[in-house]
Amino acid sequence: MEVCDLLPADSDEVHVLAVDDSLVDRKVIERLLRISACKVTAVDSGIRALQFLGLDDQKSPSESDGFDGLKVDLIITDYCMPGMTGYELLKKIKESSTFREIPVVIMSSENVLPRIDRCLEEGAEDFIVKPVKLSDVKRLRDSMTTREREVKAGNQEREGGVRFTKRKLTESSDLDSSPPSVTSSSALSSSPSSPSDSASPSSSPSPSPSPLDSPIRRLRMTTTD
Amino acid sequence: MLGLGADRLWADMNRLLAFLFHQGVLDEQFLQLQQLQDESSPNFVSEVVNIYFHESEKLLRNLRSLLMDRELLDYKKMGIHVNQLMGSSSSIGANRVRNVCVAFRAATDQNNRAGCLRALEMLEHEYCYLKNKLHELFQIEQERALAAGVRYPLQN
Repeated sequence: MEVCDLLPADSDEVHVLAVDDSLVDRKVIERLLRISACKVTAVDSGIRALQFLGLDDQKSPSESDGFDGLKVDLIITDYCMPGMTGYELLKKIKESSTFREIPVVIMSSENVLPRIDRCLEEGAEDFIVKPVKLSDVKRLRDSMTTREREVKAGNQEREGGVRFTKRKLTESSDLDSSPPSVTSSSALSSSPSSPSDSASPSSSPSPSPSPLDSPIRRLRMTTTD
Repeated sequence: MLGLGADRLWADMNRLLAFLFHQGVLDEQFLQLQQLQDESSPNFVSEVVNIYFHESEKLLRNLRSLLMDRELLDYKKMGIHVNQLMGSSSSIGANRVRNVCVAFRAATDQNNRAGCLRALEMLEHEYCYLKNKLHELFQIEQERALAAGVRYPLQN
């Protein structure tokens, strides 16, 4: 009998903390996530997100992972928010020893490469250009399942406290070629490319074999899947 | 007989949608929203759109009052409101409204009062048009659902 068999059955369901100040966007992201078999908690600010996690200044020692004890598996946050930006929230989470392992995905309506780079450097898992689509969420969901399988496999191997290092998508090798190669690997055959795609010849040997593995996604002009 | 009515309304709905897409009033994100609607969430699109209407009207009112200021215009604040409207418009597929927001934002970046005024006029016009058309769409959809819901014991 393996240790992972003793894990509760609902560990298959991904619990996502969604952060967005726009009510419209919260409704949409909530629905996208629920229809993708995720549990969702949606909050309207970075502060509330930290409160939910128990990371705010009024941290009460009794709270661990949120008021109903649901472990957060993924945080998806808007970039532009009043008060605390998504970037600042990202930093706070990555600074926390308790929560830094939770993948954080940034959403933004603006496809600004320096912004994307900055988020990835700070440890963001992925960067999605709004409006968010079902295919984006599906991709995230699939990478979560892969991650869980790896963690479980790692747990099985773990003996004597040897730490299993989770595969991080934001390896330094990705950052070198990420701007042009990522956008050109979006495989948008019919839509006209954005200016940043014109440098694609130099970026064709992309480090990650499949588009699913590479961070950042999607220009605005996508075709529907 | 009622079955035919439902079919006709279905055709009307699709014709209106096609028209709106063709005019660029809506884009594929609206289709995405429709895909998120199902039996478990049968009114998803109208719920989100109604939230959008409510929020947008607040933003438009704020923009109007900011622009009516006789003295110094708060371009920064206007820019924030425009950004919000831009984002939510993009999220529901309100393509033309979003495009006007882009122009509006440029005008706020340039502290261009006349440009802002023009953009706001256009924004109010586009928003009005969108709202009317979406109401029409929801109306047809409601009628169709009603027509399709009534069944004779026999076929059709």
